[in-house]
Amino acid sequence: MTDVLEHAAAEGHSHDEHGHDEHHGPSGLLKWLTTTDHKIIGMSYTITSVIMLVVGGAFAELIRIQLMSPNGTLVNYAQYNELFTMHGSVMIYLFAGPFAFGALANFVVPIQIGAPDMAFPRLNALSYWLYLSGSITMLLGFFTAGGAANFGWVGYAPLSNAANSPGAGADLWIGALLLTGFSAIFTGVNLVATIFYLRAPGMTLFRMPIFTWNLLVTGILILLAFPVLTAGLIMLFADRHFGTHIYEVAGGGVPVLWQNIFWFWGHPEVYILALPFFGMTTEIISVFSKKPVFGYKGMVFATLTIAALSLGVWAHHLFTTGTVLLPFFSIMSLLIAVPTGIKMFNWIGTMWQGEIWFSTAMLMALGFVITFLIGGLTGIYLASPPLDFFAHDTYFVVAHFHSVVMALVFAGLGGLYYWGPKMTGYLLDERIGKSQFWLTFIGAQLLTFPMYILGLKGMPRRMANYPHDPQWKFMNDLSSVGAFLIGIGTLLFVVNIVYSWKRYPAGDNPWDAGTLEWFTSSPPPHHNFYRLPQIRSERPTWDYNHPDKKALAHGHAAPEGNH
Amino acid sequence: MKLEARILLLLGLFFGLMVAVYWPWSHETGGSIMIFAGMLLGFLPGSYYWWWSRRMAPRPEDRDDGSLEEGAGVIGSFPGSSIFPFTLGMGAFCSVLAMVFGIWMLIPGVGLIFWALTGATAESRRSGEH
Repeated sequence: MTDVLEHAAAEGHSHDEHGHDEHHGPSGLLKWLTTTDHKIIGMSYTITSVIMLVVGGAFAELIRIQLMSPNGTLVNYAQYNELFTMHGSVMIYLFAGPFAFGALANFVVPIQIGAPDMAFPRLNALSYWLYLSGSITMLLGFFTAGGAANFGWVGYAPLSNAANSPGAGADLWIGALLLTGFSAIFTGVNLVATIFYLRAPGMTLFRMPIFTWNLLVTGILILLAFPVLTAGLIMLFADRHFGTHIYEVAGGGVPVLWQNIFWFWGHPEVYILALPFFGMTTEIISVFSKKPVFGYKGMVFATLTIAALSLGVWAHHLFTTGTVLLPFFSIMSLLIAVPTGIKMFNWIGTMWQGEIWFSTAMLMALGFVITFLIGGLTGIYLASPPLDFFAHDTYFVVAHFHSVVMALVFAGLGGLYYWGPKMTGYLLDERIGKSQFWLTFIGAQLLTFPMYILGLKGMPRRMANYPHDPQWKFMNDLSSVGAFLIGIGTLLFVVNIVYSWKRYPAGDNPWDAGTLEWFTSSPPPHHNFYRLPQIRSERPTWDYNHPDKKALAHGHAAPEGNH
Repeated sequence: MKLEARILLLLGLFFGLMVAVYWPWSHETGGSIMIFAGMLLGFLPGSYYWWWSRRMAPRPEDRDDGSLEEGAGVIGSFPGSSIFPFTLGMGAFCSVLAMVFGIWMLIPGVGLIFWALTGATAESRRSGEH
């Protein structure tokens, strides 16, 4: 079944609406299985990845219960290894990544550039099915005799070889990453092709919303990074089953090669996760400050610089192996602070003298800025080899990246509160949302601050038990309380979805936002638009709704007479 | 199209400079090859887009004054719904499980993939007729 699609009519030239909006296809379960609509795929991604967030969060709560006492007995050592491995794996591979470039990106990017769908709708659907089956594959590990993978989410050789990690769980982990890896590569192809080829007339690259810009750069980064991981995993599987010795000293291989390959994917992956959330934050801060993005071009160049630098920093994860060029990787890692600082400056500049509306989405975005600042600054410490030698493999590192990823969770929740009304047509409750924000925000800081101190005192990562020391126990208890607060916050989010179900109709543009997705209905029709406004700035909907206060094109006066 | 080309070429140039510094300084093969490949990923599509951008008029979406009327007309053929992404995905799922649960899983795996590939190809061929 195929629709040959025409561009939505120009504003004021709206012609017969039949032909491109009425879509007669299968319904019910078959509709879900056969859909190629980026909006339904985006919704499926969102729901699946939020379920994965809850699953990974449950593992985290179990870990924190175990650590409330120095000799906790909730799980044994082997189970603890499975728990922290699967917590990390589920959160990074199955929640953060797919949520970043699959969920809101899939839904919002085509609408923000005025496109009817992604460039390759069937490939897009395939991405989702690979992601879903990859998620199931990874979790199947718990039902095998040897349990799930237990070598940490980084799967370092030689711990991950056949002798040290026998059993099906490890193979399922590898298989899951192959599936989700291909899913990510296809999504990357789709994002780049969509943004290069399906923009509406007048939507030049420098009129795209920052969110779409960041997804373009994310798409390119995916294409640079993910194939490396996939190749590395195939070699790991060959080592485990086909008798090759790529990562084994015994046969002349190099174990540290796995670390190089893994982090050559792994560090760009950090920015593949972060850039979409940077974009969400930029959109939210701009809309709820009632101001255009401050330093739009600076923001774009910062994004591109981060992406370029991110490919040259991977070995700062292996400073302590003694086999890497310390000054090169230290300089490159420290340099990333510059474009990130530009972004921080621009977010503050966007809020400066704005009419700030502290909605839940805005609070979440502010929570992102603060928490990411903490995570980013402690990252600068770790980019310095002498400090990294001291803090490596301690809770300081754990605290650093939990500050970073909790910041991303804030941005993601902000994105759901902001774009949720567009996806469903209904607003979420603001009171429950704000309670959720404060619980999660206090919880996140309470989770990480004791970890920083514990790390500096020398508590190693990935330990089920730790030495008897009243101070260590107190710090771990505080951290666990923080984790429980985050858990309650997440439950509140579920409560909010149930409570707000079809309660507050959103209308087309509940936030008076300026980008193109707020021009169409909520939820948008099949193929997104009945009509489009003329696109003369990066805020076409704002120009249409506020003809007296047109957005200026990056500091220049808008040209006359083109509306 | 020029700007798209420029982004990719600049990324390629940056990775080229990076490998020019990194390889002589570290003599580390794996990382150098990976950055070099990153450079190619910038240069190959970038130079393709550059080549095209010099041979075509700027598209309405490349011009500040592009109007919606210019973009009117058919922009492409979009499948409304298709079962084949699902069957292809399930075929890949079975094939990956074959790595763990036994080679027999390849029978449904390869079967589903074959069905999906032939089906999707036939579906694409039909789309021209509408």
